[in-house]
Amino acid sequence: MEKIFARISQVSATTVLLLLLATVAVLYWSAKPALEAFGAHFLIDPRWGVEVPVDGEGNEVKQTLNASGQADGVRRVDAGVDEISMDDEEVPLEDEMNGETISMDEGEELILGMDEDELETREVYGGLVPILGTLFSTTLAMLVAVPIAMGIAVFLSELAPQWLGKPVGVAIELLAAIPSIIYGMWGLFFFGPFIASIFGGSSVSLLVAGLVLAIMIIPFMAALSRDAINITPDVLKESAYAVGATKFEVIKDIVFPYAKAGILGSMIISLGRALGETMAVAFVIGGIFSLPEKLTDPTVSIPVVLANNFAESSGLSLSALYYLAFVLFLVSFLVIFAAKHYFLRRVKL
Amino acid sequence: MTQIKRFFINKLFIVISTLTALLGLVFLGWILWTLFVKGFEALSLTVFTTDLVNGGLRNLLWGQFVLSVLATVLAVPIGLLAGIYLQEYGNHSRYAEFIRELSDVMMSAPSIVVGTFVYAILVVPVGHTNGWAGIVALAILMLPIVVRTTDDMLSLIPRELREAGVALGVPKYRIITDIIIRAAKVGIVTGLLLAFARVMGETAPLLYTSGTSEYWTTNLGETFPSLTVAIYNLATMPDEALSKLAWAGALLLTLFVLILNITGRYLIRDKR
Repeated sequence: MEKIFARISQVSATTVLLLLLATVAVLYWSAKPALEAFGAHFLIDPRWGVEVPVDGEGNEVKQTLNASGQADGVRRVDAGVDEISMDDEEVPLEDEMNGETISMDEGEELILGMDEDELETREVYGGLVPILGTLFSTTLAMLVAVPIAMGIAVFLSELAPQWLGKPVGVAIELLAAIPSIIYGMWGLFFFGPFIASIFGGSSVSLLVAGLVLAIMIIPFMAALSRDAINITPDVLKESAYAVGATKFEVIKDIVFPYAKAGILGSMIISLGRALGETMAVAFVIGGIFSLPEKLTDPTVSIPVVLANNFAESSGLSLSALYYLAFVLFLVSFLVIFAAKHYFLRRVKL
Repeated sequence: MTQIKRFFINKLFIVISTLTALLGLVFLGWILWTLFVKGFEALSLTVFTTDLVNGGLRNLLWGQFVLSVLATVLAVPIGLLAGIYLQEYGNHSRYAEFIRELSDVMMSAPSIVVGTFVYAILVVPVGHTNGWAGIVALAILMLPIVVRTTDDMLSLIPRELREAGVALGVPKYRIITDIIIRAAKVGIVTGLLLAFARVMGETAPLLYTSGTSEYWTTNLGETFPSLTVAIYNLATMPDEALSKLAWAGALLLTLFVLILNITGRYLIRDKR
């Protein structure tokens, strides 16, 4: 009996491992046709579901096309990898984007040029638009959410009196539990039009998506950061006050350094959440496959593509969607893994 | 002079911090306000007594509840046992640490990706969306949360309790089921409530696993009604009545999730 119980519990624990392995395997296997057809060029190709004419003598022309595409691609593949690592600022990304729009034009010219001897077509899928959409909306969300969440966390733990801090803290935690679809609906009906009336443009856009995402992760980030700040020992703070430090100095020089690991951890976990968020974004990003030229343009992100196009897809397009899902999975996996290794280990010390 | 500057910076900081906090709270308050106003406006008795085909939410509430409960039934035993393994059997072994880490990573996996995974293994072979696929997707999302909760709660149990059991010559599994689980009961139940609340509000993994249906059904082999997926579809409908219905659904969902959360908090507070 004892043996059986131990064995069963071990098998249960192994289920976690098996599920993760199965997920990776299934995603990879389903994405394989697209992986083989497009390779790494997929990551920087802005076309989605475009019929590209292929010469009747087929392969050779296609191959030269591919070869030039590859030559073009090799240079940018590194950049593509950098993009995924999420640390890039907006400026290089924008450069990237301009570069891509140009290359898209080239691509169209190529298509036009070949139109005359068109015999067959082949569908081309590229993930650049959703990948950029995810990157931009997440970056924007983090830029907005971090200062506000820090403000809330500091306010709750250091500034607010007990009678105010406690109920507000509970309210923030409850807000973190609200289903994300609620944020999306609110964004679509109220916040989107509100933003559009200020900044112009459409009420579904990259800007609205980023802001709704920010508002969604703020309670989460604030609650986690507050917990991290709260573990600063009172003795440390009191001794700083005793030598005449102001509140600001205590928070800047005592509290933040002490709680740094926890705060960064909360940010990265929130980042992971924002990366994979579907419903809050699906309502407000527009779902259009076009590279945004300004912040107020509608575009699309990886989870939203998956949500909107999955059911109607089959064959190569479905495989391309799995490619995107695979990319998203790997990226969020890496983000969380890095967060755990860098920050949470230090928390334990 | 520097003194004045220091105090000025301090005041400025306090004001800015309070203002950002206020700003964040205003937006969050705005969301709740619209949700409650729009939701209560649309709420009526027919919402509970008729199915979606007739302009109610009955089948959707039922469907969401069934999916979440069955996902819980599937995920809890596995998660509980896995948590027990991590804490009681493999506590400091490499393997246990590895599983613990993976489980935490899995907890933050994008829910839509879980949906695509389940679609590939349970929807494609069957050929159409079905309730079982939805249950499995939710269970996969729930599993790491249950593992984490159990793991955390068991780690709070004092070593002396275990030693007392060993001293009596009780077999280990009896120590676990009769002493440790009993001592950690409240914490674990709270964790399960929160996990249940979390999967209750999930939409993304259900979009193309369970799908949603307009009719009342108890057949899990068929496309199964889901409140969250229906809200997603209804909210963007041009028909005023349907988008109103979406708000009513959103309100009910939020209320339910909030009640579960508050209950969980209350349980923990009671203990302390």
